[in-house]
Amino acid sequence: MKTESKTQTVRLPILHGYTKEFYDWCRQQELRFQRCQKCGAWRHPPRPMCHSCHSLQWEWAPTKGKGKVYCWTTVHQALDPAFAEAVPYAAVVVELDEGPRLATWVTGILPDDLQIGMPVELWFDDVSDEVTLPKFKRVG
Amino acid sequence: MPEQHYLREQTCIVGIGETAYTRGTPKSALELALEAAMSAIEDAGIAPEAIDAVILPGGAGSGGTAGDFCANLGLQDLHYTTSLQEMGGAMCVSAVESAAVALASGIAHYALIPMCSRFYSGRKARQVTSDPGTGLQSAETIRDYYAPFGVAAPPQHYAWMAQRHMQLYGTTHEQLGAVVVAMRKHAQLHPNALMKRAPITLEDYLSSRWVSYPYRLLDCCLETDGAAALLMTTAERAKDLRSKPVYVMGVTSGHPFPPHDIPNRPDILKIGLDFCAPRAYAMAGVTPSDIDFAEIYDCFTGQAILQIEAAGFCKKGEGGPFVENGRIELGGALPINTHGGLLSQAHNTGMNHLVEAVVQLRHDAGARQVQDAELGVVTGWGGHGHGSIAIVRR
Repeated sequence: MKTESKTQTVRLPILHGYTKEFYDWCRQQELRFQRCQKCGAWRHPPRPMCHSCHSLQWEWAPTKGKGKVYCWTTVHQALDPAFAEAVPYAAVVVELDEGPRLATWVTGILPDDLQIGMPVELWFDDVSDEVTLPKFKRVG
Repeated sequence: MPEQHYLREQTCIVGIGETAYTRGTPKSALELALEAAMSAIEDAGIAPEAIDAVILPGGAGSGGTAGDFCANLGLQDLHYTTSLQEMGGAMCVSAVESAAVALASGIAHYALIPMCSRFYSGRKARQVTSDPGTGLQSAETIRDYYAPFGVAAPPQHYAWMAQRHMQLYGTTHEQLGAVVVAMRKHAQLHPNALMKRAPITLEDYLSSRWVSYPYRLLDCCLETDGAAALLMTTAERAKDLRSKPVYVMGVTSGHPFPPHDIPNRPDILKIGLDFCAPRAYAMAGVTPSDIDFAEIYDCFTGQAILQIEAAGFCKKGEGGPFVENGRIELGGALPINTHGGLLSQAHNTGMNHLVEAVVQLRHDAGARQVQDAELGVVTGWGGHGHGSIAIVRR
């Protein structure tokens, strides 16, 4: 499901190596993380080796895009000028049901209404021709 | 009988030097670092040529390369040099650890640790996202995974930890404020504190503007220019020097897991200092209750509270109540950041905390002297939560 981007704010990642692969999956409307093919452990941000069993065999495993709010900060002073028009906004850490966590936005809700453990679901924001960001919205 | 650790009391800080801390400077980082280094060398009373180790907390970001210090100080035979750049703000205390290892092992005899920070005139921490690549994984994590969501700099990603601490443990804004009120009070007593004529009240704190909730402007450390340096040697050699030695009892470094990303830690409130502080106390053969004062790396108020807990002064989650009622102020049960800290003296990446610990243990702190100070703790924090701790005695 698509929800309008709150702003035209753009600060793009540098698409290289595993990071390019991560965001390429987002462009295809899939939020995938590295998962060890030997022991099944998830990991993020991407890196070559499984910290649990040291296997170098891994795959980009899909998530269902459901998760909950872990913590957040509400930014009032945009330290990055690219976000000057966006303040105040909440930069939220969301924990996916599968386990990995990521920095993201939960849109369609005021920062003051966020709660730890609040269920959220994924949507994709095409912020440029090359980059799609995984964002979330409140369930229900 | 407890095991005697090989580093305990083997090395000493015998020289300290510090430039003025300012906002703005016409001097280069190398000039400032050399000025501080010469003060430390003169304080120790050694010939500069005796230095055979240069430990650079931040690599060339300490003010110059090892080669720069050799060329300017006339060091003809450098035995040892290293950099702790990845430790971020934990780098200065970790540099003491590296110096202690190099000295106690006999690799070197006199170690210089210079540190210049030009956070006002130079590149600001908040500019990290515009870098094409620093080579540090923690910076690339910010650039590629935080910055697209408007998380560019420490007051933002460190605020995640403070917010969760407040949610889990009920830590209050007033408790965060108590930290900076104490630091500011102490800065009034330090002639080289940037905020020495700018006292604040808790009300001032509570009415300061939001930066990144739960952090207000006054939760954030200063951005200043200035340098400091330490001179270290072995306990045996220290006996022959004119300065009063300060003994390194225990010194360790630690890392959160995974080090480069905050969200994916099983518990984002478990920091590097949680791992290394117990090892430091075991090395020193003392307990937190033996400590007379602490210089805590106060980049932000919430990070100071996390470190007060990790350093063993109270239990996990009890750092909020601990900092209240003047307990961390001079005259309280555990004076913290008697120089004003990063929040009110200056931001020299924690080297100013080490200098202040030495001043306190020499009983040279004047109006801000902790009475009968015998044993102090200095912590470092940086690069997403790396930690370090030194336990020092007079």
